[in-house]
Amino acid sequence: MTTPVSSMVLVVVGSFIGSFGAVLLKAGAGRLSRSVRSVVTNWRLGIGVAAYGLSSVFFVLATTRGELTILYPLVSLGYLWTLIWAKLFFNEPLTKFKFFGVGLILAGVFMLKLSTG
Amino acid sequence: MDRGLTASSTARRRRAVLLVFFCTLIGAVSQILIKTGATELARQVAHPGLIHAAEGMFTNPWLFAGYSLYGVSAVLMVLALRDGELSMLYPVIALTYVWVSVLSFFIFRESLGAMKLAGIALIVIGVAVLGRKAKP
Repeated sequence: MTTPVSSMVLVVVGSFIGSFGAVLLKAGAGRLSRSVRSVVTNWRLGIGVAAYGLSSVFFVLATTRGELTILYPLVSLGYLWTLIWAKLFFNEPLTKFKFFGVGLILAGVFMLKLSTG
Repeated sequence: MDRGLTASSTARRRRAVLLVFFCTLIGAVSQILIKTGATELARQVAHPGLIHAAEGMFTNPWLFAGYSLYGVSAVLMVLALRDGELSMLYPVIALTYVWVSVLSFFIFRESLGAMKLAGIALIVIGVAVLGRKAKP
């Protein structure tokens, strides 16, 4: 079985949406207090959760055609996008250790999934 | 900077890393439960569709427990994100893959070959590098 480019694009778009979900969860988390109101009226958390759901829909759509071994590691690209969003939106330092760490994780996920396939 | 403030923010950051660590453990257990429930569902219904899956989330105890734990891990993640750096905490979620592999080895007797072990090692080293405190 070969993996069509369309499936790969779906997964990458999904990982993009998912990483934005993480940004919104972090933004929403920063606005939480002890009141129930701060949870219920927190639109950032709501959209963050919705973005996660949407990203998994993309992933399920993608996996109907294509090899999981190739597609699954692509989901982890979300870690890379998140490094960039964290710098852009929260001004978190982008260090070479972070890139190195994420690089190792990506390689590890790839090997893990390669062995399962 | 005020020393008391620095100490408390360090403690909060450490708590955030610990929270994500538990979050990945709970997330892995939830995945195993969901997998077990989905397999059971597939045995009961010939071609489980979206409606069967949604129904199963409440009627199948494995799926119910799995999705409930998934919710718990999401709440822990949000609490962790409140105190820690997104760029550090988010990639740590990859540890979930490690726990799933280890749990699958013990529960489903899935093989744990050299390639898989190497992948696990890379992820763990990657997380350690990421968690390493940045030079001031």
